[in-house]
Amino acid sequence: MKIFGKIYLGVIFAVMYLPLLVMVFFSFNASNSTATFTGFSLHWYEEMLRDSAAMDALKNTLLLAVVSTVIATILGTLAAVGIFGMRNKWFKTGVLSVSNVPMMNPDIVTGVSLMLLFAFVGRMLGAVESLGFFTILIAHVTFSLPYVVLNVLPKLMQTDPHLAEAAQDLGSTPIQAFFRVVLPSISSGVVSGALMAFTLSIDDFVISHYTSGSFTTLPLLIYTMTKKRVTPEMYAVCSCIFLSVLVLLLIMNLSQIRQAKKMSRISVIGKK
Amino acid sequence: MKKIFSILILCALLLSIVSCGERNDTIDESLLRGEYTKDLEGTTLKVYNWGEYISDGAEGSLDVNAAFEKLTGIKVVYSTYDDNETMYSDLVSGANYYDIIIPSDYMIERLIREERLEQVDVRELSNYQFIDEQYKNLYFDPDNAYSVPYNVGMVGLIYNTTMVEGTIDSWEALWDEKYSGNILTFNNPRDAFALAQLILDQDLNTTDPADWDAAAALLKEQSPVLQARVMDEVFNKMEGGNAAMAPYYAGDYLLMKENNPDLAFAYPKEGVNIFCDSVCVPKGCQNYDAAVLYMNFLMEPEIALANAEALCYASPNTEVVSHEDYTYKDNKILYPSEEDMPKVQWFHDMDAKTVEYYETLWVDVLNS
Repeated sequence: MKIFGKIYLGVIFAVMYLPLLVMVFFSFNASNSTATFTGFSLHWYEEMLRDSAAMDALKNTLLLAVVSTVIATILGTLAAVGIFGMRNKWFKTGVLSVSNVPMMNPDIVTGVSLMLLFAFVGRMLGAVESLGFFTILIAHVTFSLPYVVLNVLPKLMQTDPHLAEAAQDLGSTPIQAFFRVVLPSISSGVVSGALMAFTLSIDDFVISHYTSGSFTTLPLLIYTMTKKRVTPEMYAVCSCIFLSVLVLLLIMNLSQIRQAKKMSRISVIGKK
Repeated sequence: MKKIFSILILCALLLSIVSCGERNDTIDESLLRGEYTKDLEGTTLKVYNWGEYISDGAEGSLDVNAAFEKLTGIKVVYSTYDDNETMYSDLVSGANYYDIIIPSDYMIERLIREERLEQVDVRELSNYQFIDEQYKNLYFDPDNAYSVPYNVGMVGLIYNTTMVEGTIDSWEALWDEKYSGNILTFNNPRDAFALAQLILDQDLNTTDPADWDAAAALLKEQSPVLQARVMDEVFNKMEGGNAAMAPYYAGDYLLMKENNPDLAFAYPKEGVNIFCDSVCVPKGCQNYDAAVLYMNFLMEPEIALANAEALCYASPNTEVVSHEDYTYKDNKILYPSEEDMPKVQWFHDMDAKTVEYYETLWVDVLNS
C-alpha cells in the first residue's frame, strides 16, 4: 500500500509541476518554436525585456494586482471584523452570503454585469471612455474581497474576544486595541487573504476582458496573440512570474516557521 | 507587516526589471517621405489592432508605435483584439472609443454599411501613392474613402514533403484517406466551409442554403480523416512534423519553414481565399488629425518595411516590395507572378440569416 501511496503522490506532483517544467524548459529554446527544442539560449529573456507590449502588460498586471490587493485586504479585513462583531445572527449570515456572491458567481456573469454598469454610468456622466484602469481595479477588488473575508473570519473566531476587551480595560482605546491586539492575532489570515487576492488578480482573464477597456494586462495580451504563434518569449515572462511567486511563498513559509518558533518559546516561558 | 513589506519589495523589484527594457524607436528621419510635425504633441491616439500585428521591437526590429511617439510627441495607447468580431462588439458597445482600428475586408464592409467609419481623404495622405494599384478600390471600399490597406494575404495548403508523395495542387488532398489521421483543417466555420466551397466551385458568399448544405455534406465526409481542427496550434503541429498537411496563410508558412525545412506550400487550383486588413478611423474618434497622421506613417516605406518583415504577410506597399533590404523581395509565395497567381475569392459580410444557417450546419459537422 505504501508503494501505491508513493506512486499516487508522484503522479499528482507530475501533473501539477510537469507543465511548469516544460514551460521553463522551452523558455530557453534557441529557436522561435514552442514544439521543437533546438538548443539552449537566453535569447527569449532578452527579447522579453525588449518587448514593449509585453513589458507594459506585465507592468499593468503587477500594478493592478498590488493596488487591488492592498484595497481588497484593507476592506476585507474591516468587513470581516464588522461581520464578526454583528449580534443579530440572521443579519450576520445575510451579510456574509451577500459578500460571497462575487465568489460564487460565474466570472462571465460578474464580468458582463460590471461592464454594463460601467458603460451605463460612463454614458450618464458623458465620458467618451468609460472603461480603463479604475473600472478594472473596481472589478478586481470586487472579486477578491470575499476571499479576504473568508480568510480572516476563521482567524477572528479562533481569537479570544475577551483579549480586545482586556486591552481596553487596561487603558487602550478601541483603535489601539484593534491594531495592537486583534490585528496581530489575525495577521496570518490577513496575509493569506492578501496572497489569494494577489494571485487571483494576476491570472484573472474573464472579468478583466470585459472591464479593462484599453488597459491591457498580461492574460489579455496573450489571449489576443492569435495572428501569429505564441513565442517562447511568453514562456520566459511566465517563468519569471512563477519564480517570483515561488520566492514569495518561500519567504512567507520561512517567516511563518520563525514566528511559530517564537510563539512556542513564549508559551514555554509563560508556563514557567 | 514584515510579510506585506516583503511582497511590496518583490513587486517593486519586478517593476524595476520591467522598466529597464529599452525601446528600439530610432528611425533615420531622412528616409521619411511624409511630413511630421510636433503640432499635436501631448495628445493621445488610441490604436486598436490585432494581437501581434505590428512591428513591436521584438528581435531587434523597429518599435513602430514608439517611433511614432518619438517623431510626433503623440502618445499612442495601444490595445489588441483576437478577431474582427471581438473588435466589432467592443466598438459598438460604446464603452470605449478608438482613433484607429485595423479590421479585415468583410468587417470594413459591415462598418461602412452601418456608418461606423469616418471618411478619410486619401489625397491628404502623401504616402498613399505607394499603395499598389491592385489594392486600391477594393470591393469593401470602392472609392477609397474610408480605409488604406495594411496587409494582404492568401490561404494556401502547407504540407510536409517527407510525409506526402509528390506535389499537391488541389484542396481534395485534405480529404485523401492516404493521409488519414495526419490532416489538419481550420477550426472556424467560415474558413473551413470555404475549402469545401472552393472544391464545389461555389461562390464563397453564397446565400443559397442548398450550397451550404452541399458544402456541409462534403465537410462531414472529411471528418474521419482529420487529425484535428486547429487555428494557431498549426504552427507547433506542422513544425514538429506531427501532421502531413494543413491549410493556412502563406506568410505563416514562411515562418514555419524556418523551423522545419521539409515543409512545402501550394496554392490549390480550385482557388483560394484572399484577405486584406486595412487601417480605418472609426466614428467617435477623439483625435482625427493624429489618426490621419498615423495612417500616413504606417504607409511610410521604412515603417511598412519593418511591419512586412515582422509580420511576414504580403505588403500592399510598392516601395516595400521593391526594397533592396526586404527579406521576401521577389518571394514567389507572397508575391506570385501574374501567371502563378491563383484564382482568388474575397469574404463578404454575410447577412445574419445565412450566418445562423451555416453555423447550425457547422455544429453538425463538428459532431460528425
